[in-house]
Amino acid sequence: MVEAIRFRDDVHEEPAVSLDAFLDQSNATAVRIEAGEDARLLLPLLDRISLVEIDFPVFGDGRGYSAAQILREAGYEGELRASGDVLVDQLAYMRRCGFDSFMPDAPIDPKVMEDSLARYDNVYQGTSDQRTPIWKRRHG
Amino acid sequence: MKILTGNDLKTGDVIWWTGSDWSRHVENAVDVGEHGERILHEEEATRRVNAPYIIDAEQTEDGPRPAHIKDRVRALGPTVRPDLTLKPADPEAGNWVI
Amino acid sequence: MYQYDQYDQQMVDTRVEEFRDQVKRRLAGDLTEDQFKPLRLMNGLYLQLHAYMLRVAIPYGTLNSKQMRMLGHIARTYDRDYGHFTTRQNIQYNWIKLEDAPDLLADLASVEMHAIQTSGNCIRNISSDQYAGAAKDEIADPRPWAEILRQWSSFHPEFSYLPRKFKIAVIASDEDRAAMRLHDIGIQLVHKNGELGAKFFVGGGMGRTPMIAPEIRDFVPADELISYAEACLRVYNRYGRRDNKYKARIKILVHELGVEEYTHQVEEEFAHMKTLGLNPPVEELARITEYFADPAFDTGASDELDLSDPDFNLWVDQNVVEHKQPGYAIATISLKPKGGIPGDASSAQIDLMADLAEQYSFDELRVTHSQNIVLPHVRKNDLYALWQKLDEAGLAPANLDLITDSIACPGLDYCSLANARSIPLAQKISERFADLGRQRELGELKLKISGCINACGHHHAGHIGILGVDRKGTENYQLLLGGSAAEDTSLAKITGPGFDEDGVIDAIETVTDVYLEEREGDERFIDTYRRVGMARFKEAIYG
Repeated sequence: MVEAIRFRDDVHEEPAVSLDAFLDQSNATAVRIEAGEDARLLLPLLDRISLVEIDFPVFGDGRGYSAAQILREAGYEGELRASGDVLVDQLAYMRRCGFDSFMPDAPIDPKVMEDSLARYDNVYQGTSDQRTPIWKRRHG
Repeated sequence: MKILTGNDLKTGDVIWWTGSDWSRHVENAVDVGEHGERILHEEEATRRVNAPYIIDAEQTEDGPRPAHIKDRVRALGPTVRPDLTLKPADPEAGNWVI
Repeated sequence: MYQYDQYDQQMVDTRVEEFRDQVKRRLAGDLTEDQFKPLRLMNGLYLQLHAYMLRVAIPYGTLNSKQMRMLGHIARTYDRDYGHFTTRQNIQYNWIKLEDAPDLLADLASVEMHAIQTSGNCIRNISSDQYAGAAKDEIADPRPWAEILRQWSSFHPEFSYLPRKFKIAVIASDEDRAAMRLHDIGIQLVHKNGELGAKFFVGGGMGRTPMIAPEIRDFVPADELISYAEACLRVYNRYGRRDNKYKARIKILVHELGVEEYTHQVEEEFAHMKTLGLNPPVEELARITEYFADPAFDTGASDELDLSDPDFNLWVDQNVVEHKQPGYAIATISLKPKGGIPGDASSAQIDLMADLAEQYSFDELRVTHSQNIVLPHVRKNDLYALWQKLDEAGLAPANLDLITDSIACPGLDYCSLANARSIPLAQKISERFADLGRQRELGELKLKISGCINACGHHHAGHIGILGVDRKGTENYQLLLGGSAAEDTSLAKITGPGFDEDGVIDAIETVTDVYLEEREGDERFIDTYRRVGMARFKEAIYG
């Protein structure tokens, strides 16, 4: 069992339930979204969520990036975890879309991850990680 | 006959399995019979070949001739640039492809 | 033209080092081919029929002499002394070694070039009008808008694993020279109440299901451009089909949802996006626009032209068009010599074109989607000297937009997706119709050849199109008539059963004969076809 790679200090032990189950049961605080599911269904309930896990069935299925952005744009501040076919060369983009923890199917080399996440000093576009885009640096 | 082909990982060159190694010349390809899959896996794992696959070919006087035109183009080079093929001196080489 | 600042330079330099690391990990065996493939594709490196192929981005088809010379240097140093200009205004090299690719990319970065996102399911190189900044009919230069989009789309974290590739074109005149409505997003700059903004067309494309993009918004202001593009992309990224590669382009989503519903969803998303502060301020567009200011034209340049040399006269008549600036002209260098390979240029030719651009065109060149090169700002006084030098180098075919100015994809000679060869057809057609008088008699006739259904040769958009297919292991060619990539966009239809190579060329000759018989007044081929219809041509071809 691969351990989650986390970029936050708080801890959640509660297993994530499916979106349907979550929408049905009011006491769960962790939910798992499959690639095709609509993250916006969670927006009215963000207050009670502390973990959203978004699944990547194959690395090329990029729906999870939009799901993450939607949650962060709506002000979600809890843990946002990417699980499944999550590869080291994708972590930087995932971080930019607001993911702050990862549960990859296969282990990730920590050194390669560290290099990859530190590589780009700047970014061209504003996303939910709130990094300052280059155009803003140019114009103050 | 069944022969194996792929590309050299570093250079991208089209290569063919000779029974013990890889050659750029399809003439050197050997019939792998039922062993294709096993050889592919071993050779790919050691990175002696990239993206290998098994194809049908016909044994001819001049050596194996791949069954599909695509692999014959791969074996020779672009028909529109004879100078860049493996047989630049042979003006008839393109006919082998078609 | 645009110049990188320290940020842009740092981005491409970092990308080179990132890719160097990825190549190293692949060669060391830390990455499997399955894992490496999407990484190399995101940097334009394919494994093609004979070797690795690298596609270099030429943003909106504009480059300067120094960059052009670098393309020649790369052909000489890392390839087999030539490059292939593509239908998306890029250049590709057919014989690149994986181990050389990082050094090659470092060389490119030294002249502000890259191969970022020239492949993969991401936003590709932005294309534009090859006459931008020179055209008499444009309302503004579209390239600053394309550059804003280039920066926004580069390394976009949300939109790099889309259902399928994504192509954007930006134009700024009513005449469409960039096949704008055959892009995933086509943008036309327009004025509304004195303000410049973008009209959006979404869901066009070629491939196996060609579609013409419908207009979804008549005006997006400059300072909301990025929000609107984000909205278009987000709806696609969330709902575009991922179950079938052939139904994954945005055109299928727009078609299946219906234009109205897709537009509605985009508008909802847009309303939200507008609140997120995603748009660069207008000062950023102004900053970029300054780079595209007119060169220092000689305001006293003469409009007089000595056309006494008949060959020069023909070239001017066919390959030179009016410039917005009096005394200047736009000259197209045809890469379609008789019997040649459409779009191919040797390193010597590339160098020469760079020199000529420096000498005669304020250092600027353009690549066209028809696989030709444009010198956008030539003083009319200099045209004759320019033509003589081009002619000496075999770069002066006077055939722009004529039947021998064909578009052809690399086809089965190079491409692992192809079912049939396309280049030999282009070559044979250019030999069959070699007589320039005959070509000129046929007038504007856009011939486009693809070696497979993916349509890189734009066959659906040809007045005459050819599609190569595999029929039981032999090459077979279908003939199509009636397409157009211009502002009168239309999709060509298949005439009937396919032909072998000689058969399809004979059929094209039959088709052009019918045109000459049926033509009324100064109708172009496409006009006659539209008037008389397919049946007349079909009957002549199949009897």
